[in-house]
Formats: sequence, structure tokens, C-alpha cells
Amino acid sequence: MTIRLKPVDAVIIGFGWSGALLAEALSGAGLTVLALERGPFRDTAQDFPPSRVADELRYAVRHDLVVKPAENTITFRNKTSQTALPVRALGSFLPGSGVGGGGVHWNGQTWRFRPSDFTLKSRALARYGKNFLAPDLTIQDWGVSYDELEPFYDRFEYLCGISGQAGNLRGARLPGGNPFEGARARPYPTPPMAMPYAPTLFADAARGVGYHPFPQPSANLSQAYTNPFGVVLGACSYCGFCERFGCGNYAKASPQTTILPILRERAQFSLRTQCTVLTIAHDGKGSKARGVTYTDDSGEVFFQPADLVILSAYTFENIRLLLLSGIGAPYDPASGKGVVGRNYSYQTTSSVALGFADKLLNPFIGAGALGMVIDDWNGDHYDHGPLGFLGGAYLAALATNSRPILNHPTPPGTPRWGAAWKRAVAKSYLRSMRILASGSSLSHRGAYCDLDPTYRDRFRRPLLRLTFDFHPNDLKMSAFATDRLAEIGRAMRPEWLVVDKREAPYSIVPYQSTHNVGGAIIGADPTTSVVNPYLQSWDLDNLFVVGASAFPQNASYNPTGTVAALALRAAEAITTRYLRAPGPLA
Amino acid sequence: MRGAFCGVLLLLLAAISARAEDRVAVGQYLTILGDCAACHTPPGGAPFSGGRRIPTPFGWVIAPNLTFDRKSGLGLWSAADFDRALRFGRKPDGGFLYPAHPYPYFARFTAEESAAIRAYLATLAPVYQPARGADLPFPFDFRVLLWFWNALYVPAPPPLRGAGHDALWDRGAWIANGPGHCGACHTPKTLLGGDDLARAWQGGMAAGWLAPALDGDPRTGLGAWREAEIAQFLATGAAHGQLATGPMAEVITLSTAQMTKADRAAIAHYLKTLPQSPGSVAPAPPPAMMAAGEALYRLRCAPCHGRDGEGTAGLFPRLAGSAIVQAPQPATILRVVREGTRAVATKAAPTGPAMPGFAGLLDDGAIAAIATYIRNSWGNAAPAVSEAEARR
Repeated sequence: MTIRLKPVDAVIIGFGWSGALLAEALSGAGLTVLALERGPFRDTAQDFPPSRVADELRYAVRHDLVVKPAENTITFRNKTSQTALPVRALGSFLPGSGVGGGGVHWNGQTWRFRPSDFTLKSRALARYGKNFLAPDLTIQDWGVSYDELEPFYDRFEYLCGISGQAGNLRGARLPGGNPFEGARARPYPTPPMAMPYAPTLFADAARGVGYHPFPQPSANLSQAYTNPFGVVLGACSYCGFCERFGCGNYAKASPQTTILPILRERAQFSLRTQCTVLTIAHDGKGSKARGVTYTDDSGEVFFQPADLVILSAYTFENIRLLLLSGIGAPYDPASGKGVVGRNYSYQTTSSVALGFADKLLNPFIGAGALGMVIDDWNGDHYDHGPLGFLGGAYLAALATNSRPILNHPTPPGTPRWGAAWKRAVAKSYLRSMRILASGSSLSHRGAYCDLDPTYRDRFRRPLLRLTFDFHPNDLKMSAFATDRLAEIGRAMRPEWLVVDKREAPYSIVPYQSTHNVGGAIIGADPTTSVVNPYLQSWDLDNLFVVGASAFPQNASYNPTGTVAALALRAAEAITTRYLRAPGPLA
Repeated sequence: MRGAFCGVLLLLLAAISARAEDRVAVGQYLTILGDCAACHTPPGGAPFSGGRRIPTPFGWVIAPNLTFDRKSGLGLWSAADFDRALRFGRKPDGGFLYPAHPYPYFARFTAEESAAIRAYLATLAPVYQPARGADLPFPFDFRVLLWFWNALYVPAPPPLRGAGHDALWDRGAWIANGPGHCGACHTPKTLLGGDDLARAWQGGMAAGWLAPALDGDPRTGLGAWREAEIAQFLATGAAHGQLATGPMAEVITLSTAQMTKADRAAIAHYLKTLPQSPGSVAPAPPPAMMAAGEALYRLRCAPCHGRDGEGTAGLFPRLAGSAIVQAPQPATILRVVREGTRAVATKAAPTGPAMPGFAGLLDDGAIAAIATYIRNSWGNAAPAVSEAEARR
């Protein structure tokens, strides 16, 4: 029997960055807000204090902060002709679970997308012509521009205290920053982090080749910072336990370290953990969402009526809840029609490993977003015509993840076990590094999500099925970017160098990136998008679908900055326009 | 004629009820000055419905219900009964109240103020909440003994007017020595639990936490604090690199943060006139212990508190120069290192950061070494902490 609860003004599904940002904005506007989070409550001092957090086995190997496949997973195949199988151990990506979501275990790489990223398709058509794009690419413009998002990028950066060096301040070029970035209204709130040796070597070599290195914009703060709510964040201690870990020093921006202290004091806000939303109730296309059905760890099923429904779970769960609730037309890969599940994309990564005979790099000095980057082969400021691909990559040396269990660098030709291996690890640990290319991922007809016909979750609901492989365009881009990366690597004059290219087929086993995007994409045209430029469902005007599920294709950058900017823009549209006149905003 | 009479009567009634409202508001504010809710309002419960167990060095005392419920509260108490209990620690039947109720301080209320507090309490919804009494071992359960105690420790309050002090000082002295009963924690106690007035404001203990000295000592008291910093601390729980935690966290949220700005300034002004107590110089700590403490400190503590104990304002307390760190009794730092603690979150300083406990990760010797190191580094000086002390 379903227990019917007292109505609230807004219910939020999933309490990561998106859910927390919406919760703050909506409760701040006076609405009663209830957030439902599938995972447990998490607090800095209780759950990842500095006295306990440096536990590589628990967090990095056993994935303590991410979703358990037994609770929720997906099925996977490379192409439509194959049969998908369930992912029983996470590999390629690590979706968060619990209060704070991925915002707890993220690295803190806080980017803005380039202005050209938001008009990728129209720009490519205008510059390179219709025949330049492969016919099966389904890339789209976003329906929202960089200039429209700029105030919200700015707001998020100041909420978090992001450390970085501006390269383009209101059109003026600043030395030391990214010369290719979109104009920003204000400099970063805190200066860049102190740079360790390895990224400095990379930056020197890149500069020598003629590139423009700059420090990675970082949510691991270079100094203590008080955000606009009066919440204080600490300075990063460069402990190296960042990605896959919570920060015990209050130094990594997360919902816990920026927003939760404010929400905790708001009577109109409440948060229920260990609550899994099963479906969103509604009266059909063109009507309204009525609320959500959820179950908690007692097994009881509840119906929570709400005037506004914010769907801000992880990308996969956003898509699945829309499909399970019958909201929007499901994507059909055969006809190319339908929207929900369409335009899934990812990140095309590759790397180069280097070892030095004469340099001690002290890689244990690390953080999540600590390094030097070049953006010279990203975006569209160079001519892609002769290169034959669209998109690009940023190239970087990041001081991160050099922990003892998962990191054993060895030169090529080293045996994989035994005394020689041990000697090589002991020698190489301090003398080697990895540089990387983080490349864009273009959406295409054969990359999508739908409901699996066979496999179900613990509530007997179909799992989401992911069909994905790298598009030839992206492999071409990645090969080009990796070659440029290797050139910089050679300019660093290492003793040895190994190039790890990205090749098809995509494997879901080795970790690559938790930047799964698309499937409920933003756009100006309801026939090719799920949400309008304010993340409002085209079908139910009181439903907003927030998160990277809105990306029509992926740029090369880490997504959090753009996820947050879209969320804050949606929140402002709701509080300033929708509440006054509920109805379609576009 | 009759109309005019009615009009006058109405005006008179309105004036009376306005005066009554004023009196209730005055009474309510006095309960804030007195931090009455800290004991008499159960966490999350009805205001002033009592039932909270108050730890004393001698055992538990249960705070009574102050609502006007006739069975379990003050419903049947006369105004005189209330006044006698509030200011003089006597029950309506003449029996003694335990001085966990700070009547030696509340004796500074006037009869009018006492009546105002009663008027305010009378406006609260009566709640049936019968828990009361105490759980004290022999001989402390023998309340008649309190006659002697009162004779020893509750003289008629001496006048507070000091020569050459202004009205601000008068107000601050009255709050601190009267309703605010600051000395109940911050003045050391005699063996019998009375205020040791010869050592007034030199720091005491509260529920296992150190209540640091509030005198002018630059190391262990408020000597290095500016008046504005003291006022800011009372308002927000965060100032001078320090954060309120333990019982003071509740004093901030329930009392001082709700006082008027002028009253906080008055308390700060008064406290800054307290003299420096004659300090004793601690012997230098053993060098081996300092070396061990430094290594552990760099590994475990420095990531937050900084290599030089400088801390981060509003987030990680400054250890260099901290009165709590340098207090003669290391109780609070040992407790915090072992068990951790959470700082108060207030509107003005909402972060509410917490420190994790290190028990289980650090043994007694390591905790003693760290405590000794932070008590004797960066200009700090205090007696070394032994392994035996850390074990307790």
C-alpha cells in the first residue's frame, strides 16, 4: 500500500550538486522543499575526517562513496546488434551516491565551456560546410549561449571559491591565464594553487613548443575562502587523496562545504536519505507532474505530492526515470525519432607516460585539480578543415592519484611481477609522471540509452541500457591530440616515454571518466530535445531535468562547472518567472 | 458622560495591557540574559518544560518544568514562591534548591525583574512534564546541608559599582555577575562546589570541558583579545581565531547571540577591565616529548591547524596563543583530540565545522606528546601533559 504524504511545494530527486543548488534557490524563495537522496547522509567530520579518509583500499579500490552495482547499475553494449550485459563491477565511470553525490568524490576540475561549444553545429556548418560532418553525427546547438550562462558560471565559482588565473577578463587578455577562454566578468575568487614540479616541467616544455600553459581551475582551494553565504572553506593540504575521496579539510568545494550549512538552518527545507524514487506521477503530455513515488530502506512505498518536480539524479537515472515514468518520446535508433535517451556522449581520453633519470617529482604532493593545462588544441579557434575532425582536447599534467595501491609506474619492458618489477617501481615512483589529453565526444546516432528488455533492478524495474562506441571523428581527434601531447612529452626530454592512445571499441572496464552526458538534452526544438533552454520539460512544465543529461554532446572539459551554471540558470528562471506565471518558459 | 467614561476606561485598560506586554517582553529578555533555556528547555522540546538532566561534579540534577502546568510546573506557585526560588534558592515549602540553579547570581535580580520573568513564563503554554529532582549520592542528597553551603558561599551580593567606571561597565558587570552567571563556569570552584572568589575569573570546568579564564591574563585569559573580538565571539561563536564548542556553543546560541548588541558590548567592556592573575611559569617540557609531538603534529594536525598553529579564521581554531590550549588543565584539548567536537553554527558564522576524534588512531602517549607540543610551541607555554593524564 502506498502511503500518501503531505504535499510540498517542490520535491528534488537526487541531492548532488544540482539538487543542492536547486534546493538552496527554491527554499530561499520561500518554497517548502523536500530532497530525496538514494544514498546515505554524509558529513565531513563524521564520514570522511582527515583522521580516516586516507584509506585507498576503502575509497579508491572498493569505491565506498559511489553507487553499489547491486543497488543500481546499467547494462552495456557497443552497438545495437549486440546483446547488452549488466555492469556488475564499476570500471569506466563512478557515479556518486549519497548526500553531495559526485560532488563529494570529484576532483574539483571546474571549467567553463568555450563560447563555440554552445553553437558547435551551426558553427561547423557555416565554417566547414554540410559535407564536413559525418551523416550519423547528431550534434546540436544548445539553445543557450555562453554569454547567457556567464553570470551563472560566475556565481558557482564564487560559491565554491575556485582557484585559478583568468585569461580573458571582460575581453582583456591576462598573462598566465587561458587565452582561449570566454570573457569572464570577474577574476577567479582565489589565486591558482601552488604548482608542483611535474606540471611545471610540462608547462615549461609546452611554452617552448609555442603553447599557452595555465593553471587548472580548481575547487581544491589555494587558500581559505568565505563564500557569499558566509560559509568558510579551508586551504588544500595537497594530501593527494582527492578523486574518489571526500575532503576532510573542508578544502574541496562540495555541497557539504558550500551550501549544506545554510540549508540545515532553513525550516522550509528537509532532506530524506536512503530514499529511491521509483516514478514521477503525471497526467500525460501537456499536463503537470503530480509528485513522485519513492521507497525507503523500510520497504514502504510513499507518494509525495509536489507542485514542482526537480529531477537532478545522475545522468543515467535521469534518463531512466523519464523512461519509466512515460515522460517524453523514447529515442528509436532505427528511425532516429524520439528524444529520451538520444545523444548520449562521453569523454575521449588518452595519455602519455614519461620517466626521468635525473628528476625527483615527488608525486605524493597532489590534489584533484592541481596542474598545468594547454587549451591550444581545443574549441574552434584553429582550422579543423584540413584535419578532418570536429572537436578537440585540452592537454594537461595533473599532480594527482599517485597513491600506493593503484599506482605503480614502470618503464617499458619491465617484467609484470617479481624482483625486477619491484626494483623498477621503487625507482620509477618518484621519477615518472603521466600527461593526458581530455577530448570531446560527439553525439551520434548509435550512441544512446534505452530500457533493457531483460535485466531488472532490485525493485523489478528495467535497468537502463547503454549502447556506445567512439565515433571515428573522435578517434581521429584523439589521435591528433595524443600526437601533440607526445610532442610536448618528448620536449620534456624524458628517459622513456609510452603513448597510450584511445582505440575502439570502447571498453567499459578500465576507468576513463565519470563524464556520462546527454540522453535528456537541452535544445530550442521540442522534436530534438527533452528540455528547453531552462531545463524545463517540454512535456510537463513543472518538471525540470537538471544535470549533465542536458548536454547535447560533450566538450573536452570536465562538466561540473557547466552542470552548475545550467542548474543555477534554471533555478533563477523558476524563482523569478515560473513561480509568478507557471507555464512553459520557452 | 457615560461614553467619555467608557473611553477613559478603554484607554486605561489599553495602557495596562501595553504595560503588561512590556513586562512580558522584559521578562523574556531576562531569560535570555540568564540562559534559562539551556537547562530548562529540553532539546527539541517545549520551551521551559524542564526535564533536562544537568551534570554537576556531585551527580545529576534534573531541571524542573517552568511552565504554569498545575500538576508538574509552577501553576500553583505564588509570586512570592517564584521570587524566593529564583533569587534565593528556596522551595515553597522552605526546602533548599541545589545551586545548579545559579541563585547566588540571580540574587542580583530586583523583585520587579523577578516578577517580569514570572509574567513571561506565565504566557507559555503549560506542559505536563513531571520529571524533577536529583540523583546525588550521600551526603549531597541531604539538602539541609545547603544551609551551611549558602552561609559559606551566598553572601549578600556585594555592590558592583566600581570607582571611575561608566554605565557600560555597570551594565556589563551586572550581566556577567548576575543573570549571565558567567562565573558559574569561568570561576574555579572550591571542593564544595562554591565559587572560589579569591581566584575569580581564573577559569573552571563545565561538564568535563574547560571554561577558560576570562581575566586579563594574556596567555590563559582574555588579555590578548580586543573588546570588539569578545563581543563578536558572543554574537557569532567565532572570533580571535577561536570557535565556540562544548557547553559554550549552547550559551552562544541560546543566550549571547540573542542579546542586544549593546549588552554584548557591555560584557566585553567589563571583562576587559578584569586584572591579570598572578601567573606561574611552567617548567620547560621534555625535549624528546616535544620532538615526538612535533612529528605527530605535522602529520595529523598541521593540514588544518597550520604548521605554526595559525589555524583558519572561522574554520580551524588558532592554537598559537589560544587560552584553551594553554590553560593549566589540559582537559579540553585532550578531550577534543580524543573525541573530536563540533563548533557552534550561528547566522553570522554558519559553517559549524567539526574536528574528528583521533582515539583509536593515536595512543595515549601520542596524544600526550601532541598536547605538550601545542601547549609549548609558537610562543605558547603550559605544563607538559603526561601519558597518565591523557589516559584519563
